[in-house]
Amino acid sequence: MSFMQIKDLCVHYPIRGGFFNTVVDQVYAVDGVNMEFEKGKTYGLVGESGSGKSTTGKAIIGLEKITSGSIIYEGKDVTNQRRERTSAYNRDIQMIFQDANSSLNPRKRVKDIIAEPIRNFLKLSDQEENKRINELLAIVGMPEDAKYKYPHEFSGGQKQRIGIARAVACNPKLIIADEPVSALDLSVQAQVLNFMKDIQEEFGLSYLFISHDLGVVKHMCDHISIMYKGRFVETGRREDIYQDPQHIYTQRLLSAIPNIEPATRIERNKERQGVEARYQAEQHKYYDENGKVYALEKISDTHLVAVNINEKGGK
Amino acid sequence: MANIENLLTIKNLHTSFRIKDTYYDAVENISINLNKNEILAIVGESGCGKSTLATSIVGLHDPINTKITGEILYKDLNLAAISESKFNDVRGNDIGMIFQDPLSALNPLVRIGEQISESLVYHTKFTKEQRKERVIELLNQVGIPNPERVVRQFPHQLSGGMRQRVMIAIAIACKPAIIVADEPTTALDVTIQAQILDLLKELQAETKSGIILITHDLGVVAEIADRVAVMYAGQVIEEAPVEELFNNPKHPYTRSLLNSIPQMNSENEKLQVIQGLVPSLKNLPREGCRFSSRVPWLDANTHEVNPVLHEVSPGHFVRCTCWKHFDFESAEGGN
Ligand SMILES: Nc1ncnc2c1ncn2[C@@H]1O[C@H](COP(=O)(O)OP(=O)(O)OP(=O)(O)O)[C@@H](O)[C@H]1O
Ligand SMILES: Nc1ncnc2c1ncn2[C@@H]1O[C@H](COP(=O)(O)OP(=O)(O)OP(=O)(O)O)[C@@H](O)[C@H]1O
Ligand SMILES: [Mg+2]
Ligand SMILES: [Mg+2]
Repeated sequence: MSFMQIKDLCVHYPIRGGFFNTVVDQVYAVDGVNMEFEKGKTYGLVGESGSGKSTTGKAIIGLEKITSGSIIYEGKDVTNQRRERTSAYNRDIQMIFQDANSSLNPRKRVKDIIAEPIRNFLKLSDQEENKRINELLAIVGMPEDAKYKYPHEFSGGQKQRIGIARAVACNPKLIIADEPVSALDLSVQAQVLNFMKDIQEEFGLSYLFISHDLGVVKHMCDHISIMYKGRFVETGRREDIYQDPQHIYTQRLLSAIPNIEPATRIERNKERQGVEARYQAEQHKYYDENGKVYALEKISDTHLVAVNINEKGGK
Repeated sequence: MANIENLLTIKNLHTSFRIKDTYYDAVENISINLNKNEILAIVGESGCGKSTLATSIVGLHDPINTKITGEILYKDLNLAAISESKFNDVRGNDIGMIFQDPLSALNPLVRIGEQISESLVYHTKFTKEQRKERVIELLNQVGIPNPERVVRQFPHQLSGGMRQRVMIAIAIACKPAIIVADEPTTALDVTIQAQILDLLKELQAETKSGIILITHDLGVVAEIADRVAVMYAGQVIEEAPVEELFNNPKHPYTRSLLNSIPQMNSENEKLQVIQGLVPSLKNLPREGCRFSSRVPWLDANTHEVNPVLHEVSPGHFVRCTCWKHFDFESAEGGN
C-alpha cells in the first residue's frame, strides 16, 4: 500500500511579454504527472536536462506552486498545506538538493544547519539536541568536531553528507534526492550511495531519486519513471525499464549509456546508431503533432508506456 | 597493428605550484607518450593532477606561481621550455584544448561566432566568407541546433551543454594534430555525450590526430580510449591498453575506482570502495607508496620504499608492489 499519491500534477510557468506585460505563453514544466510511494522503496526519475525533474521534486516538497493536481498524504489531501512550517507533511518529506554548496547556509555552523529541522519539529532540550546531532553525524560517518565548523571547510562529498544528515534528522518517510551524487567523484559517490541504502534499510525510508546517470539509477531504484518535456514517457519496475524498454526515448537513453566493456564498443555503437535512426523515423508514433507525449497506457500491471493508441501493435 | 608513430613525448615532468614560499608538485615525475591516431585517457579522482598535466602540455599555467621541469617533446620543440610567442604558434594550430570549465574559458563579451573564427584568423588564410562558412559547419558538427542564431549570441545566453560544445568547436577549428580534452562531456547528458564522443572519433579518423582525454567517467574511457593512465596524488600509478586495464586491473586504487561504478555491480549489492580522499596538495605524502594511507591494513613491507612502475605484461605498468597483497575482503576488515 502506498502512503502517498501524486495525482495529475501540473506546474506551468507563465511567460510574460508584450506591451502590457501580459501572459503570452506557458512553459509546461510539469504537465500531468502521477506517482505513488510505498514504504522502503526507491523511485527513480530520469530524463533530459530541462524535462521537469527538479520542478516535480520542488512542487512535491512545496517549493514550487502547483498549477493543478493534488497530493494525498496518508489519506489526506495536503496539496494546499505543503507550506505550513510545522505540519506533519513538512516533517516527513525532506529534500536533498542538487547543489550542496548553495543549499547549506555558509554563515551557519554545521551544528545549526543540522539542528534546524529538529528545532522546528521536535521539542528537545539542549542536551538532547546535542546528543541527536552527534548521532546524526555518526550516521553519516563524520567526526563529532565537524559540528563546530562551517560548510566551506568540507569537501563536496562531506557537504553532501551534511545535507543528508539534515534531511534525516526528524526520521522522514520520504526523501526527495535531486542529483545527490552528480557532483561527486566516483569513490565518494559510492560512499554516499552505500550510505543512503544503509539508512533506508535501517529506517524504512523511501526515496524519490532524481538523476541523469542511468547506471546509478539502476543500482538504486526499484521503480523508474522516464520524463520528457514535463510528462512521463514510460514508467515501470527496474526490470521493465532496463530489460523491456518500450518508448523510443527510453531506448535512446539506454543505448547512449557508456558501458565499461571496451570489447563490445563497436557493436554497441552500431546498435545506438540504429536506435537513433529509428528515433528520427518514428517520432509520430510517440509524440502527437505538437510534439507532446501521449497519455500513458498500461502494458502490464507494473509497466506503463506513452504511445499513440492508433499505432499500437507496430512497436 | 598499424605502425605506431610517436607524436608527443613527456619525460620526467614536474609541475609545482607555489603556496606561500614553497613549491609543491601537483604533477610528480610523469613520463608518458602519445601516438598518432591514439586516444590516451587520463583518469583519477578530483585533485590528483589531471588538469595540471593538461595545462602544462598546452602551456597555459600561471607563469609566476608555477614551476615546470622536465621535457614535453613535440616535433623538434621542448614545449616545457619554449617562449610564449613561440607557443602561440603551436597552440590552436598544432594543439587544441577543450577546457573543463567552458564558462571561464569563453570571453563573456565576445559573440560566439567571433570567438570561433578567431583562431581561423590567426592560423589559416581563409577569407571572411570562408571563415563564416567554417564556423557554421563546426557548430553543426558539434550538434548545436540553429547555428545561424547561435553565432550572434553571447556565452551567457547558452546552456551549459551548449557552451561546452562551442569550446569543442574552437578546439577542433584548425584540425590540430593533438587535442587535449579536459572533461569534455561531464556537463552533458548521455545522448549528447554519445554524439560528442562520435564526433571526436570521426575527427580523429580524418586527421589522425592524437587525443589526450581527461575524465573521471570510466564509462567514457571504455567507450573511446585506446590506452589509459590512472593518476593518484600527482603520479601515474597504472598504465595499460584499455581492454587490459578493465579486464585485468592491478593497483588497489584502480580496482577501487572500477568497483565504485554502480552499473558494473549487480543491483542492490554494496559498492566496494576504499574510503578516504586524495589529500590536498600541501598534505600529499612525498615518500613511499602514496596510496599506503588509504590501505592501512596492508603491512608496511608490502610497499616498495621508492615505488616505481613495473611492466607486468606488455604495455601494462603498475607502481609499487602492494597490489600483490591487496584484496577487498581485508578492506572490509580494515575499516
Ligand atoms: N522559474 C521558472 N520560470 C520559467 N521557466 C522555468 C522556471 N524554472 C524552471 N523552468 C523551466 O522548466 C523546465 C523544467 O526545469 P527543471 O529544472 O525542472 O528541469 P530538470 O529536469 O530538473 O533539468 P536538469 O536535468 O537540467 O536539472 C525547463 O524548461 C526550465 O527552463
Ligand atoms: N594554481 C594553483 N595553485 C595552487 N594549487 C593548485 C593550483 N591549481 C591546482 N592546484 C592544486 O593541485 C592539485 C591538482 O589539481 P588539478 O586541478 O590538476 O586536479 P584534477 O585532477 O584536475 O582535479 P578535478 O578532477 O577536480 O578537476 C590539487 O590539490 C589542486 O588544489
Ligand atoms: Mg534539475
Ligand atoms: Mg581538473
